[in-house]
Amino acid sequence: MTTKIVTSKSAPAKEVEKDASMVKQKEMMAAHYDRLTSAPETGEKVCATFVPGNLNELIMCFGLVNNLPEVNAIQNGLRRQSGSYVLEAEKIGHSEDVCTYVKSDVGMMAKGNIAPNGKKFPNPDVLLLSYTGCFTFMKWFELLREQYKCETIMLHTPYMGDGKITKNMIEYMVKQLKDDVIPTLERISGVKFDIDRLRENLRKSTRAEDDLVRVLQSAKNKPSPIDGYFGGIYYIGPIFGAFRGTDDAIDYYRFLRAEVEERLAAGKGPVTPDGDMPKERYRLVVEGPPNYTHFRQFWKMFYDEGAVVVASSYSKVGGVYDFGFRHDPDKPLETLAEYCLGVYTNRNLPQRIDMLTNYVNEYEADGLLINSIKSCNSFSAGQLLIMREVEKRTGKPAAFVESDLVDPRYFSAANIKNRLESYFQMIEQKRASARAA
Amino acid sequence: MATSLNGSKTTDIVGRAQALFDDLSFEAARQWKAAQPGRKVVGYMPIYVPRELIHAAGFLPLGVLGGGDQLEVIHGDAYYQSYICRIPRSTIELGVSGRLDFVDGMLFPSICDVIRNLSGMWKMMFPNVYVRYFDVPQNYRDEIGGNYYVNELAELLHDLGELRGKPVTDDDLRHSIAVYNENRRLVRDLYTYRAQYPWQAPAPEVYLILRAGLVLPVEEHSQMIRDYLAAARDEERARRDNCRVVLTGVFCEQPPLNLIKSLELAGCYVVDDDLLLVTRWLTGDVPIEGPPLQNLAHAFLHHSESTAAKYEPDLKEKGQHLVRAVRRSGAEGVIFACPSFCDPALLDRPMLQHVLKDADIPFIAFKYAENSGQMQPIREQAGTFADSIKLWSGT
Repeated sequence: MTTKIVTSKSAPAKEVEKDASMVKQKEMMAAHYDRLTSAPETGEKVCATFVPGNLNELIMCFGLVNNLPEVNAIQNGLRRQSGSYVLEAEKIGHSEDVCTYVKSDVGMMAKGNIAPNGKKFPNPDVLLLSYTGCFTFMKWFELLREQYKCETIMLHTPYMGDGKITKNMIEYMVKQLKDDVIPTLERISGVKFDIDRLRENLRKSTRAEDDLVRVLQSAKNKPSPIDGYFGGIYYIGPIFGAFRGTDDAIDYYRFLRAEVEERLAAGKGPVTPDGDMPKERYRLVVEGPPNYTHFRQFWKMFYDEGAVVVASSYSKVGGVYDFGFRHDPDKPLETLAEYCLGVYTNRNLPQRIDMLTNYVNEYEADGLLINSIKSCNSFSAGQLLIMREVEKRTGKPAAFVESDLVDPRYFSAANIKNRLESYFQMIEQKRASARAA
Repeated sequence: MATSLNGSKTTDIVGRAQALFDDLSFEAARQWKAAQPGRKVVGYMPIYVPRELIHAAGFLPLGVLGGGDQLEVIHGDAYYQSYICRIPRSTIELGVSGRLDFVDGMLFPSICDVIRNLSGMWKMMFPNVYVRYFDVPQNYRDEIGGNYYVNELAELLHDLGELRGKPVTDDDLRHSIAVYNENRRLVRDLYTYRAQYPWQAPAPEVYLILRAGLVLPVEEHSQMIRDYLAAARDEERARRDNCRVVLTGVFCEQPPLNLIKSLELAGCYVVDDDLLLVTRWLTGDVPIEGPPLQNLAHAFLHHSESTAAKYEPDLKEKGQHLVRAVRRSGAEGVIFACPSFCDPALLDRPMLQHVLKDADIPFIAFKYAENSGQMQPIREQAGTFADSIKLWSGT
């Protein structure tokens, strides 16, 4: 079940194949942006927050509309607008060395703060600084607070330095939720907190999470019916964004799962922008975020060679569900804490290595590829050790490419293509030696 | 040349501090450890760890601040991409080259994603070393962040007790708090003295004296500061026609010593800075009476320095610490020196600059790495800044 979409004039003039689920998601996103940009007319209040540590179930209890600056930066990257925003931010004093999501956001504000639907973003009523997995978040919202002069709530998530969640961490987070976050959201929204409403939202989250995991784990099949990185970014969109805990998310993931199961039954590979992928030749695990300014070009370098990403760490950045965690409506605040603590970049390096090793083995991948992002230290610092360690533990080859999130200056297509081609050759060689042995 | 109360000259004291600074094998700490069986050394990175806990266990806290400009990084570069700052790669170099092979534990404070991830790398690369990521609260309410922090401190104290084979008592801790209170008072005296007479206590010397405190036992370091202050007070030094600046952004990866020297040569007396904040993180004495962990937690929450790694809950307070530092030290401008690729310093910088603009405080900014060798551009920039302050500050 696929739909042909003719892209707008600003994008490459070529028909793009999309799953019906992608079309559905696009409609959901469009509706959300419309809701967001019409907030000044409807009187809805806006809460800006981050993807990792996104507390959408809680935010919805107060009738607030969720706005995620990383998602806006991604949209600007995909629409080729982030480059000028990054430059604008640098022009007004931001360093060339720092996170380009931040600079894209700051530059977008400086240039009118226009949403993907062409309308102006409303100023947030509150910045919910749910701070997990990335130090930059704290500075980012301090920067936005300086501009918007609105209330900012810090929810500090301790880092899993020892690879475990302790009682002290949970208690600390629950106390912050009870004594700081919830009372402030009540005051700002004028809505009294109803824990049963939260429970209900969490119950809905769980249903969507179950289906998401089934979708992501379908990549264990050969051929994989999905691409767990490039395609995975579409799959995680609603649940990592403004839809977790909604009926829309339940519908979307049910629909997506059925679509994937249909492909699986038909023995089909993933849908790519150029249509069904003909033959699966390489199965990869990818660590690190993608580049968004050249997303299609980057993806094409994979599917042209028959390379499918069967699992990725990036598709866990807004929540790790495939090792059993589900939001638990019976422990509503504790489960939010546990969720925030468990996001991928809040896990220590040994845990990340264990996860990636597990993916290579469980998904029977040919190896690990790291896309190292120039301006994302949270992901990038330590990736060379990760690469060597996963290679050692799995006996599978690993490779390393470099790009950036939304800064087009750091996407060098020729370099990346070259490295990928060498990597595929390396895999072939490994296979040949294994056959010879 | 004048002498201190115990007869030392500033050159002797600074010479010793310089030797400690130059020694990338940490001989002084090795000797301290070897002097008695059972002694242990626990390393820590910037910005802050409660050294009182390490001291209370009878261990030597050892500041590990990368390799500076004298360490050739051979292995460390294989662990980091070119767009990551230099301190983790030179720290790895110190580790894999065996220079830290006598260190029994390493603490990685919550400062940024790079140091955070380095804690996991250290766990994997040095499995026989006690490694802890030292998290601190970003919530400053006693009953929330305070409770969390007390429990974190208790956990660290428990681990240190295990490491020495005997629990650390409250009295051990009270004694250590007193010793560090004294050290912090002396550091503050040193900073106050320098702010008053920057030509008498030049920034490179103050830096070296402070830096010695990261490798020496605290009692010895306190004596070194006393000696230096006494010697400096006795000495008459030439006063230059320099302007007075606050140096900021230098709280983690260290600027080369030559950079600090260059600023003064270019016409800028550094009268305050955020170098080696661990030595004065807590801004007042920690009470000796009462529960020591709660006292340390209270001091952290309510009486500690501001820096980029710490969340500022009050928008109006953001950056005011810098304005206060300028006023307190009588500075005429601020120099932002940030390590390349340092997220906290570089992301904070625009906000701090806006605050300074509003307060009519001039500033300049540049970047460095711990191994930057070329000081000419920095000298030129700082020199022009000094000239502009002297020429136009009254207009």
